[in-house]
Amino acid sequence: MDNEKLNLPQYDIPDDIQNAVAITTLDRLYNWGRRSSVWPLMFGLACCAIEMIAAQAARYDMARFGMEVMRPTPRQADLMLVSGTVTKKMVPAIVRLYNQMPEPKYVVAMGACASGGGPFKEGYNVVAGIDKFIPVDVYIPGCPPTPQALIAGLIKLQEKIDKESLKKVRWYRKGPDAVEIPVPILGPDLIDPRRSAEIKQIAAAVKEGAS
Amino acid sequence: MTAPASTQTVDLAARFPGIVTADTRPGYSGFIVEKDKLVEVATAIRDEFGYDLLTAVTAVDYLPEGKMEVVYHAYKTTGGPGLVFRVQVPRVDPIEVPSLINVYPGADLQEREAWDLMGIRFTGHPDLRRILMWEGFDGHPLRKDWKEPFYEEDAKPFKSRWPEGRHVMAEDRNPYKDNLKFPENFDPEKWIPDNDNMLYQSLKRYTMKNEDGLETDHIVVNMGPQHPSTHGVFRAAITLEGETIVGLKPVVGYLHRNHDKIGERNTFLQNMPYTDRLDYFNSMSNNLAYAITVEKLMNIPVAERAEYIRVIMAELSRIQNHLVFIGMLLNDLGAMYTPALYAFEERELILDVFEAVSGARMMCNYLRFGGVVRDIPPYVMQKIKDLVFDRLPAKTDEMDRLLTENEVLVARLKGVPVIDGETAIKYSVTGPVLRAAGVPYDIRRADPYSIYDRFDFDVAVRYNGDLYDNYLIRLDEIRQSLRILQQAVKQIPDGPINSQKPQYQVRVPAGEAYGRIESPKGELAFYVVSNGKPNPWRYHVRPASFVNITCLEKICLGAKIADFVALLGVLDIVMGELDR
Ligand code: SF4
Repeated sequence: MDNEKLNLPQYDIPDDIQNAVAITTLDRLYNWGRRSSVWPLMFGLACCAIEMIAAQAARYDMARFGMEVMRPTPRQADLMLVSGTVTKKMVPAIVRLYNQMPEPKYVVAMGACASGGGPFKEGYNVVAGIDKFIPVDVYIPGCPPTPQALIAGLIKLQEKIDKESLKKVRWYRKGPDAVEIPVPILGPDLIDPRRSAEIKQIAAAVKEGAS
Repeated sequence: MTAPASTQTVDLAARFPGIVTADTRPGYSGFIVEKDKLVEVATAIRDEFGYDLLTAVTAVDYLPEGKMEVVYHAYKTTGGPGLVFRVQVPRVDPIEVPSLINVYPGADLQEREAWDLMGIRFTGHPDLRRILMWEGFDGHPLRKDWKEPFYEEDAKPFKSRWPEGRHVMAEDRNPYKDNLKFPENFDPEKWIPDNDNMLYQSLKRYTMKNEDGLETDHIVVNMGPQHPSTHGVFRAAITLEGETIVGLKPVVGYLHRNHDKIGERNTFLQNMPYTDRLDYFNSMSNNLAYAITVEKLMNIPVAERAEYIRVIMAELSRIQNHLVFIGMLLNDLGAMYTPALYAFEERELILDVFEAVSGARMMCNYLRFGGVVRDIPPYVMQKIKDLVFDRLPAKTDEMDRLLTENEVLVARLKGVPVIDGETAIKYSVTGPVLRAAGVPYDIRRADPYSIYDRFDFDVAVRYNGDLYDNYLIRLDEIRQSLRILQQAVKQIPDGPINSQKPQYQVRVPAGEAYGRIESPKGELAFYVVSNGKPNPWRYHVRPASFVNITCLEKICLGAKIADFVALLGVLDIVMGELDR
């Protein structure tokens, strides 16, 4: 980004030092750094992951937006691109990966499956959307979203980062989002530990097989 | 017309009077075997009758008749039609059927799947754990009386959606407001999860003592489900002694999307777009396999022009699959990105063709029973011609020049054994891996479907069965596919593209059908049972990837951990198909 965008409009900088000095806020500086180097986790779940690879290949070339450095380890990643169907068997691993990512971290739900279950929603092993477990920043529709749609979604994410403020982001505040997300347990069905009491209560009230 | 349905070529009933009877139900073929004599009969089928390749093992729940049936499909690797034999047992738990793992080791994972989803105990199976779901899951979901949490009705179209369209969100109908279902009075606090205990128990048998009596502990390494080179959410639990693999168990199911269950609720045509999402690199081939299966059941012809269009699409699909395979294999070996970028460049051009004819790059949903859904526009035909006569042959040669003699590639691949022909057949391996092991078995020739018998092409075969041959055979197959394509685009006639009227609901007579094709990854087959209703009674996918990894444990034992990614890579798995 050029200084023009980094510089706050109300300050005039003399012409001769325009390239060397910018007067700005900490938020702007942080956001500028973050939005220009969003490193996604190298993490493919299903069909959508293939379009994610295509988006990195020559024709679409995500590198143009500073997002091509896929990191296979969550410790170095800023962005989790949930690219595909989230199954009950897989969701504990996904939540664990999310917990292992350092802040600031973002989540993009790519495709119908990650956003809400998609064509497989009725399946007994399918989680109807990753947002039931981890907070999602951008949803990208499509089955699969085309590489163009994916890039559009990531640009949306950049716009969102531009508007962030250190004072308000969820990971610096107290509250339920600040703590680690409890890892779901594989029981007779998927158990979300945050809902244990509720599940017990309902299980006592419903007869088996009723739905 | 597609190839004739598997006909009875042997008289098993005469060989085993009183034990084997011919299946006389209308629409069915093959033989019913007495449960207790199954192993004996299967051994004879393999040794006396020569059906050495057991391709599919699956179960059908005949709830109204109170019976469970296990269906076996066996073929000869020398070619020809197959043999269907089955066992019927009363539908009372515990349902037990003898395991065929000692006769056909390739039955291993498929029997585990039948146990997991249907609850059939295979007696004598050494490692009968759940495979697609996890240990502790409640029930066997493919049984007809098992209802999923978002259950609405047995069959689509649901009354709430059609014709009036006043449906209630699935979440609002479920007491947990989510895709959940727990046993009565279930208490999450008291639940003790399995935490893969059974998996690690099954790896235990590899722990051994040194000669000097010292007990050495092996290291267990879990690769996946999140690993950059396991091609998706595949996981392998590996026991290591130093760098050498001494034990391995594939752990799958992380992408189990319940194709079978959803498929049995869908109408026949509604399954077509779902097949796209099996092997998501090759939606066209998946469509083809499903279409020929249902066409067999319906006994309808396919429009002549459509047959050619199908072959063109399926072969283009094979080419882009193999190109990406080569790119990804090199990625796995450490040649990051460059070969893969070359592959994806060509793939994009082929996807352009798919998009132009079907409207979607990946999920084409292009075939219909009796034909295809849209014709190829003339300008796309020209594009295909440019591709198959000029661009793709040149690019294949370029790939060849770039990689085949490369010193690093040769050093990593040459002489690293994958599998020999005999073992491959035993483990029901099909596709390029089998052919690279010296067995010229290609369903396009061995049991021809569609119009492959009209084209002049060679079955690619290599004889060393090492990683290098597995790489080379993909290049060979691309060249053969180009040969088929060049003939097909020259010969394609004008005419209608579907022998049937366009329709949403098809009439499918009662019976069973097993339709198989040579997909880029091996034998892809569908086993469909119809009871005359608008929905299939049983819809089973026999994916190449899933059955091919049966041999993974066998081929990796003794290999170095660094070669594991390459060994897994040449099996060319894709999780959408593997886990379904
Ligand atoms: S949204 Fe569609 S393409 Fe993406 S993972 Fe789901 S089924 Fe596959």
